[in-house]
Amino acid sequence: MPEPDVCDLPGIVARWHHDPTNLVQILREVQESCGTIPSDTLDRLAALLNVPRVRIESTASFYAFFHAESHGAYEILFSDNIIDRMAGKEALKQYFCERLWLEPRKLSEDGLVYVDDTADIGLADQAPAMLVNGYAIPSLDKTRLDLVAELIRAQKPLAEWPPMLFEIPDNIRKPGPLTGEAFVPGAALKATLARGADATLAEMETSNLRGRGGAGFKTATKWASCRKAEGEAHYVVCNADEGEPGTFKDRLLLNSHADLVFEGMTVCARVIGARQGLLYLRGEYRNLHEKLKSVLARRREAGLLGQNILGHTDENGGFDFDIEIHLGAGAYICGEESALIESLEGKPGKPRNRPPFPDRCGYRNQPTVVNNVETFACAAKIAERGGAWFAALGTPQSAGSKLISISGDCQRPGVYEYSFGVTVRQILIDCGAEDAHAVQVSGPSGTCISFREFDRRIAFEDLATAGAFMVFSRERDMFEVARNFTHFFAHESCGFCTPCRVGTSLLRNTMDKLAEGKGSAYDMNEMKNIMHILRGMAHCGLGHTAANPVVQTMEKFPEAYEKRLKRLDFEPAFDLDGALATARLITGRDDEWAHLADD
Amino acid sequence: MTKTFVLDGKVIPFEEGETIMEAASAAGVYIPHLCHHPEFKPHGSCKLCTVSIGGRLGAACTNKAAEGMKVESETAALNADRLALTQMLFVEGNHVCPSCEKSGNCQLQAVAYHLGMLTPHFPHFYPARDVDASHPDVMLERNRCILCELCVRASRDIDGKNVFGIGGRGIKARLIVNSASGRLADTDMSVTDRAAEVCPTGAIIRKRHGFTIPIGKRLYDHHDIAEVPVAGMKEPKRG
Repeated sequence: MPEPDVCDLPGIVARWHHDPTNLVQILREVQESCGTIPSDTLDRLAALLNVPRVRIESTASFYAFFHAESHGAYEILFSDNIIDRMAGKEALKQYFCERLWLEPRKLSEDGLVYVDDTADIGLADQAPAMLVNGYAIPSLDKTRLDLVAELIRAQKPLAEWPPMLFEIPDNIRKPGPLTGEAFVPGAALKATLARGADATLAEMETSNLRGRGGAGFKTATKWASCRKAEGEAHYVVCNADEGEPGTFKDRLLLNSHADLVFEGMTVCARVIGARQGLLYLRGEYRNLHEKLKSVLARRREAGLLGQNILGHTDENGGFDFDIEIHLGAGAYICGEESALIESLEGKPGKPRNRPPFPDRCGYRNQPTVVNNVETFACAAKIAERGGAWFAALGTPQSAGSKLISISGDCQRPGVYEYSFGVTVRQILIDCGAEDAHAVQVSGPSGTCISFREFDRRIAFEDLATAGAFMVFSRERDMFEVARNFTHFFAHESCGFCTPCRVGTSLLRNTMDKLAEGKGSAYDMNEMKNIMHILRGMAHCGLGHTAANPVVQTMEKFPEAYEKRLKRLDFEPAFDLDGALATARLITGRDDEWAHLADD
Repeated sequence: MTKTFVLDGKVIPFEEGETIMEAASAAGVYIPHLCHHPEFKPHGSCKLCTVSIGGRLGAACTNKAAEGMKVESETAALNADRLALTQMLFVEGNHVCPSCEKSGNCQLQAVAYHLGMLTPHFPHFYPARDVDASHPDVMLERNRCILCELCVRASRDIDGKNVFGIGGRGIKARLIVNSASGRLADTDMSVTDRAAEVCPTGAIIRKRHGFTIPIGKRLYDHHDIAEVPVAGMKEPKRG
């Protein structure tokens, strides 16, 4: 296992060109090779990069995967989405801790192992799942956890653990144009170079492709605007920070269709005139990093990346373009495009003030296209097969196909590729969810629909989605679903703006109060008021949508809340009896008269 | 011809590139704010200055004025939301006005007066925050910090020192300083820095000056913050 003295700080800094813009990547490598980022390392980095220490500390303390204190030789993080919980995560975590005689969030006595929770790691189809030193292990059960515990006890280096533990099947259940057809690397690029940049942009326009990250902005409009914007350089950024709980379709695209994604980026580069691309891969997908780098290397060898791509020259000379991979470090907010750019620039992932938007002022304040993994995959197919072919799929307003990541109470969780316009009911039949009672479409920030709405359609004009589709049967407690999501948002709020920083924590605390049986109708009303503040005043989409799960479940499943209310009017937030605890301790009393009556 | 927009029915002239906040201030119209300061780059984090811009909500300090745009600010609904934001700022920290040296000169307190705040409304968080009295001349009282980053901006952009930064994230975000020890004394902070006097609350205060002016005779004891949005501010440039 890595020892503190193997941390080659100057080497890491040199590998990232002594450029403080790459600070997140530098810190990530330090964290990975040393196991911690101790205080003196911040000073050394400040000296090596020639930036104030406070800037380094700002970034180092923002990301969940960076920490100053040691987490031992084995850091175990259990994925804590509601789907993991439904699959028995809490009991399994307790079982695992008991086997190793340890407590969560406390380094073991021998300094060997540390256990904690983390936000959804993109394996909801194989829940419960966990990360060991950043590498994902899916489908946890007692047998697999026994094996992990034994390996840890024997202090076996991670590299020598049985590879079968880390095997992650794609679970593609319904292939479509993106996932089911063979793609010859270079096909889209050859078509693009033959057609020219203008004609390729026209094909994109014809295709009516809209962004697959959820917002649905028209891709051709974004590319055209970026292309027109003046700058010293143009950049292509692929958003592979698939952090929305319940989403894992990019995992499949990156694992099995990376050529399609990289080719889409290269097509975009040709259209907007970029020489550099960046793929921002969420830290939870660390296991895909080497594989993606090898795909890039293969593409360079094949003349599909690098200098003089495909030997093409025109009046402007050759076509040069290359792609670099940056890894995230545990921050959902970096899926927001301007926060992602901040992170690429080595800063905490806090969304920027917009306008200007990235198409004019993005990475290094230059014109930048930021698109989702799936959007680039679609773009490659459009470049290869033409815009009309794509526009003929789906509905008039939502062209093409959509990858849906299905998890929860169904027989066949996994990735399904549908033409837009498919009904929720059809999806539920296909995945074997006859007993479905509710579906969370597009994750916590999306829409919760009840069994009364199963005829609604997956499309931008009805249920827009980034791809998550979490199914809940009638046995599930929709209050606990919403409570899990409020904890998620409070943990992931960047803290920049008042409404989200404070509002998400207020929501979490109120939901916990209800869970403890101390809530009242007053609290329900308070949560609606907080939602109003968040929706109107928050700085970015995280805050705007953070109260959705609560408000929507309150509206659609009121019984899940009402049965928890202590009474329907007012209940003080302050625990009077709890306040006497210190007095009881001092006086050594714990009799009936030392307690306030619990009404 | 001068460009104009309409703010609460009043015609406001503006120069190209000016924000709604800048143009409104120049015209002598107050929009509640805390993280905005006319001498610094807009930040847009406190969200108190949220206005309705043609029906869409946005921060007045970061949105540019545009010809003919219709902006609403002094509405009952917006002021109710601003009050809620102010209350959020109160409960996330530990603000004890009666014993605070900044009382009467504090913009958080003054905005609360202006918006008619009578209670904190939300449950208090009572966070455990560090007080740093290590520096000989400047006191850092994190219990009163509202994360407006004015000191961060002042130290970086005016003093050229980078004494301050924000560490952590979410509700755990906190003001950090540029030293390995984490102590203000070990930074190159000086009492003459702009960063030492820009704090809108009592989080950064000069030592031994807390009660030079007695409570009761201070700025916001006698003026609404709408009259004097920034202590020591110059006269409005137009109006």
